[in-house]
Amino acid sequence: MSEALIQEILESIQLHSSALDSPNVAHLVIHSNKVVSSHALPGLEIQVRELAEGIDADITVTEGTVIEQPVHMCFGMLPQEGVQRIVLRVDVQPKARISIIAHCTFPNAVNVRHLMDAEIRIGQEAHYTYFERHVHGKEGGVIVVPKAVVDVGKRARFHTEFELLRGRVGQIDIDYETTCRDFGVMEMTARINGTGEDVIKIREVGHLIGEGARGALTSKIAVRGNARAEVYNKLTASAAYARGHVDCKEIVQDNGVAMAIPIVEVNHPKAHVTHEAAIGSVDTRQLETLMARGLNEDEASEMIIQGMLS
Amino acid sequence: MGIIQVRNLSLAFDGKRILNQLNLDFREGSIHAIVGPNGAGKSTLASTIMGLSGFRGITGDIRFKGESIVDLDIHERARKGLTLAWQEPARYEGLAVRHFIAASTPDKSKESVLDALSRVGLNPLEYYDRAVDKTLSGGERKKIELASILAMRPRVVILDEPDSGIDVESLERIFDAIKILQQQGTTVILITHSLTVLKQADHAFLMCHGEVLDRGDATRIIQYFEGRCLPCHHKNEPTLNGSGGTA
Repeated sequence: MSEALIQEILESIQLHSSALDSPNVAHLVIHSNKVVSSHALPGLEIQVRELAEGIDADITVTEGTVIEQPVHMCFGMLPQEGVQRIVLRVDVQPKARISIIAHCTFPNAVNVRHLMDAEIRIGQEAHYTYFERHVHGKEGGVIVVPKAVVDVGKRARFHTEFELLRGRVGQIDIDYETTCRDFGVMEMTARINGTGEDVIKIREVGHLIGEGARGALTSKIAVRGNARAEVYNKLTASAAYARGHVDCKEIVQDNGVAMAIPIVEVNHPKAHVTHEAAIGSVDTRQLETLMARGLNEDEASEMIIQGMLS
Repeated sequence: MGIIQVRNLSLAFDGKRILNQLNLDFREGSIHAIVGPNGAGKSTLASTIMGLSGFRGITGDIRFKGESIVDLDIHERARKGLTLAWQEPARYEGLAVRHFIAASTPDKSKESVLDALSRVGLNPLEYYDRAVDKTLSGGERKKIELASILAMRPRVVILDEPDSGIDVESLERIFDAIKILQQQGTTVILITHSLTVLKQADHAFLMCHGEVLDRGDATRIIQYFEGRCLPCHHKNEPTLNGSGGTA
């Protein structure tokens, strides 16, 4: 695979190629259904099989392995049309630690579908951090459907963030479900900026089934133009001292439409779950403060929204 | 001629007159106080001068450097050099202090932001990357708002209840910043019902029930405010009831 293709992919996500050059930094770059570049490290095993329209990958961090530097994963398609299906199994074995930065880039998409099915197992006392940043083009011709089922072991930690702030969303349909065992911690955050005719659907479900398990589901969404957002967050707690919080903030402008459906379910008298949802326009006091410093209404709104989404 | 002139300004909500035929001149470079009890109309006057939403339905005129600004939007008034600090500063989830302050500065430079933070007594490196959100105390947000105003270098600033919700030490820092503003040529208008704040002013207007009862040297207004104004007796002092004249 040509260096030029790698360069083009990296440029679209504003990642300098030197970020992948270090022998201490693992990476995996996938274009359509091809492995463009990869680099593993001792204790980090990456196995990839090509599919007709994507890849099937196993990522294993062996027991006790600590990957010091974040691993870069790039999934993308440069053509205007196509399908990329990612089937991913991640096994973070006990006491292992890994942080992944996933860049998903579709800069020229007119009719592209990006589908991900992930199974993630985080072993006892292991830590897994997954930050997924999407970069889309201006056309909004992308359908993104990421699904993940996550099992967080005893005293393990799972932290995931999904960010789609650059380019048009197109259509996105996130479906994550996480189960958290004794004293495990799960944090799931989605930050998405919808404009035009974008459609955003988020379904995040967390089950705190272990004693002392903790979880937070956070969604921060902006909808402008004719964009629509529907956020369904469900957090259940069924063990003593399980603690959780659901937080949904959505800013609506123009003809945007936002809906939040927070569900909390507690099945143990010593568990505790809270939720808050705030949907509406930009706060007047915030807006007028910035306008009193000389920003016009559009500039002030943009600053407030970018802050909320950051 | 004052840098800000208020002429025959009235404002009513639901038929109730909140500001009644006000005439005020704010001298350029001075520290003015608008003093009076709760409900006097002080903050309403500030909101009206800044042109905030809900305070635009006025009669009369407000002039900035001789030019009427009543038809200007908030940001247009700000670009002329007029700004306002609220009694309760806004909180912004995720918005970094550096971005908040830089938004006010002409050059947007890091140096301007750091300098403004240090001038209000905050450790610049500690606050530069923090968010202007609920993790900051009310006093910290007040100082950060003042830092944004110092960085803006406005011609006129209205500070609404600058002592509200802050400790004594922080108040001294805010008074220092007010002096800095005056030294850089900014006209300061303090909205207050506090004698401590009133003592920072050169000149004061005494307001009650939407009217200006008295105006003049701050030391004289202090004596009245201290001795007779609390509780308000102005309804029984018809000789004090007047709204004409200028500063």
